[in-house]
Amino acid sequence: MAANPMYQFNVYRIGPEIKISNIDISFTNASLFMVISSLAILIIFNLGTKRSIIPNKIQLLAELSYSFISKMISDTAGSKARPYFSFIFSLFMFVLFCNMFGMIPYSFTVTSHIIVTFVLAAFIFIGVTIIGFIKHGLGYLKLFVPSGVPMVLLPLIVVIEIISYLSRPISLSVRLFANMMAGHTMMKVFGGFVVSLGIVGGWLPLGFSVALTGLEILVAFLQAYVFAILTCIYLNDALNLHH
Amino acid sequence: MLKKIIFQFLALSFIFTYNAQSAESGGMPQLNPEFWISQIFWLVLTFGLLFIILSKFILPKISNNLETRKSQILENIETADKQREETEKKVKEFDKIINDTKVEAKNFFNSERQKVLDDINNKRLSLEKDIEKEIIKADEEIDQLKKTSQEKVIKIAIETSSDLVKQLIGEDINKSSLSAIVEDLSKKEMEKHNGI
Repeated sequence: MAANPMYQFNVYRIGPEIKISNIDISFTNASLFMVISSLAILIIFNLGTKRSIIPNKIQLLAELSYSFISKMISDTAGSKARPYFSFIFSLFMFVLFCNMFGMIPYSFTVTSHIIVTFVLAAFIFIGVTIIGFIKHGLGYLKLFVPSGVPMVLLPLIVVIEIISYLSRPISLSVRLFANMMAGHTMMKVFGGFVVSLGIVGGWLPLGFSVALTGLEILVAFLQAYVFAILTCIYLNDALNLHH
Repeated sequence: MLKKIIFQFLALSFIFTYNAQSAESGGMPQLNPEFWISQIFWLVLTFGLLFIILSKFILPKISNNLETRKSQILENIETADKQREETEKKVKEFDKIINDTKVEAKNFFNSERQKVLDDINNKRLSLEKDIEKEIIKADEEIDQLKKTSQEKVIKIAIETSSDLVKQLIGEDINKSSLSAIVEDLSKKEMEKHNGI
């Protein structure tokens, strides 16, 4: 059973079944790791709020993350995106911590589930669209009409633009989900090789496994970064209409 | 040989694991909608709480800390600049004082030396004058002594010659004639002695 590389993505109930009017909202292992990630973020960043002029290590970590995301937002979306800093910070940290907690053996990776990433991406998509319409009114539709395009091509271009805009939540969510799932599956497959080849032939896949762990930690950070930076880019489209 | 064994092991293990996997219920648990609602609910709950707590309580504190540090650093730099300027001013003042004192000391030294030199000069001059006076006095005294001694020598000569004459002849002779002879002789002698 444990040799199945997809088994690690199983969601199971922890504790009693909770139902609100026939809807199952039981506490599962996924919920547990969401709670753990959120608590870890809150604890680390709360420890980083000590008011000292010379920061200690945790404070330095918190302040460096703050400046890192602050810089990322101002670089990609400009100063207008300042009010959305808290959201993007929370988003980046949540995805990052979920990814990183998923790297612990026998743990569960929240972001390897399409429904989780899709809900996040859909929320961002809807939010960005609403912000765009509030800021620019119906002028936001100009986003689909790039300037300098010949009139003949315009119908085609507009259709393509609309499709690309609508596919944003899907690409955003599938990118994160697929990366996490693929990485963990691969690690599981190589781990299975180590077990089945035993002491004689298991060393080669073990080496692969070790290398993959390093790669996966990199991917975990990179995907969180990509998720956050794409959010910034979408926000930039909504705030500063360039087309 | 070893390569062959490893390859066989790999191939065998792949077949075994493949068999083991295919024996179980396949498919992706991600696409099983059984816990979708639960996951959405918990995601919204945890992420919402995380967002609210971070944005309301934690992030303002961090940004506040960063701001205070920035302003503190600026302030410190400002005060450091001010203090540096002050030090430079103080150093200049110090240099000026040292220069002034040096000049003053030089002047003082020069004037004192001049004074001492003048004093020495004056003293020397007065001393020279005194010495000259003394010399003149001594010269005068010598002259007088010379004169008086001549007279005395003459007198003594007259007396001794009269005594000698008395003892030789046994009678007194006219003193005036004797003195005249003596004086004449002594004058001649003196003239000879004095080189006149």
